Amino acid sequence: MIRLQEYVPIVGQSVIDDLRLIATRLEGKSIQHINSTSVGGGVAEILNRMVPLLQELGVGTRWDLIKGGEQFFEVTKKFHNALHGYSAEITKKDFEIFLETSQQNINEVDTFGNIVFVHDPQPIALVKKKQGNKWLWRCHIDVSNPDEKVWNFLMEYIVRYDSAVFSAPSFSRRLPIRQFLISPSIDPLSDKNKELPQDIVDAVLSKYKIPQDKPMITQISRFDRLKDPLGVIEAYKEVKKHIDCRLVLAGGGAADDPEGAVIFTQVMEKAKNDKDIHILLLAQNDIEINALQRASTVIIQKSIREGFGLTVAEALWKAKPVVASNVGGIPLQVKHKYSGLLCHSVAGAAFAIKQLLNSPVYAMKLGENGREHIRSNFLITRHLRDYMLLFLSLYHPEDIVHL
Amino acid sequence: MSHLLKAKEPFRFYTRLHLSELTGLRATTLVQLVKLIKEVPGSSIYHHTHRFLQQHQFFSPEPPNDFAYWVTEILGEKELGERLASIDIMQFSRIYDLREKIISVIEAYLKEERFAQLKFAREGEEFHFIKSVSFVIPTNYVVDNLADFVEIMKKITFDSIYFHIFEARLRLEKKTNDFSFWIEHSVGDKKLADELTDLDPYTRTLDDLRAAIINIIDKRLFNP
Repeated sequence: MIRLQEYVPIVGQSVIDDLRLIATRLEGKSIQHINSTSVGGGVAEILNRMVPLLQELGVGTRWDLIKGGEQFFEVTKKFHNALHGYSAEITKKDFEIFLETSQQNINEVDTFGNIVFVHDPQPIALVKKKQGNKWLWRCHIDVSNPDEKVWNFLMEYIVRYDSAVFSAPSFSRRLPIRQFLISPSIDPLSDKNKELPQDIVDAVLSKYKIPQDKPMITQISRFDRLKDPLGVIEAYKEVKKHIDCRLVLAGGGAADDPEGAVIFTQVMEKAKNDKDIHILLLAQNDIEINALQRASTVIIQKSIREGFGLTVAEALWKAKPVVASNVGGIPLQVKHKYSGLLCHSVAGAAFAIKQLLNSPVYAMKLGENGREHIRSNFLITRHLRDYMLLFLSLYHPEDIVHL
Repeated sequence: MSHLLKAKEPFRFYTRLHLSELTGLRATTLVQLVKLIKEVPGSSIYHHTHRFLQQHQFFSPEPPNDFAYWVTEILGEKELGERLASIDIMQFSRIYDLREKIISVIEAYLKEERFAQLKFAREGEEFHFIKSVSFVIPTNYVVDNLADFVEIMKKITFDSIYFHIFEARLRLEKKTNDFSFWIEHSVGDKKLADELTDLDPYTRTLDDLRAAIINIIDKRLFNP
């Protein structure tokens, strides 16, 4: 298990000292995280790292799960898509299934924490048990343009919480409760982000038969329409007219996603006559992702929509120049011309990539700025600090809190 | 060697950590922006004129405040962006006055440039008003002479420097920064205090600011 002290060489002793200082103000408080799964997905990944670190800081923290059957999770998946703005046929029966499972969880889950921290919509109805303790609702989803029927259904519960937390300002709406902005984070000590020796990077490139003879443009993302892999290939082809380079599209997740499989086929078709395009369908392998990012000259993230887009933070942490779409949480990570280049179209992406390949000193400066921006704002230590301040805010309604 | 003498009162370093609170308010045009600037709490004006200093503390050159950035990059009003970016925040010791200045700059521009009010942000690029909630916590660092002060300056966090320089002066309305106040009133070195007061912290990164403060005090210690 990773200990807090191991982050000192990365963020400095004073940042860790601050975490210990804040933690003392939470003495005696118990925090209870509740979500729907302990494995898979971003929420579980964050909690797996966050909970032990909070415990090491002396903040009493427990992580509990709700239960639900296949039907329940089918409904919550529909909710998820609807909150992302996709039209989904949600029936009266679906709402009944949600309410029925929620009631079972209300009966069974002991919400003992001084602070109950509920993640995402699946366990949202537990707030009906609220009795004198503090309740937080953490929304990890892009709800900038939600299906109103589902949002209004959830609002009945949201307003009972003390505060809500969103990942980007564009996800916020006018609410009768306090709402905070807390971005997700990456862990610099995880396999996906830790330093790698050059021989491992070389071995991964060799495994996938990627020669290191020309600049390499990379997008790491599952093969999904919203990640626009076809647009990435078009941008690469524009760049290729003027600069000899390679394109790597690497990601997973097509197998259990019918639409993903279609997109993957389209990508293969579009790439088939160019030996400098490398399409890698990867199983989950964080070291390989890390190596591909480190081997890249420019990293692109040309998403059409994005919850937060932590692949951008991963790239910037490796001091890579990034070209990324101005959507979701990406503009928080990339300030145009300061820590990367933002784009709105294929042509814009191609132009930005050409600029970076032709101006390596400028590209390096953007990458270095990006790394420091991530160090200050998007590492797990900042996330821990924000969560502890969030807990304290429940007991302090004022704007300037003297502790 | 007054600078090595014990100060009348010790100096305790504080740290200030902040949490961003969302207001749910958003603007898509300049007219909406100025209307909301008049309505939002002072902690929101403070947030949007100071956030970059902390979040982009290593960037050089440093980006301007949020209003200037949005007006320039999203609405394409570069001249107004420049006017907003060059507001001398050091002139103001109250958020109220800073807010009035921002309003007057935008309103004057709207009168001059009639077409500016027709510009609007695309969906997803609206200006979102956020406010800062500050948590002020005493650290364990306490000093009673300048030599120790400069040693601690080398290791405290940017949050701590930020608190004593920016937040104390403008948000807590102390009129000067905490370091100058202590050096003048407890150490009794007005000349040194004035030198620190004259530093413009808004045109430096926090890293540069730390180096400048240490440099000024070091010079005083070695060339009293």
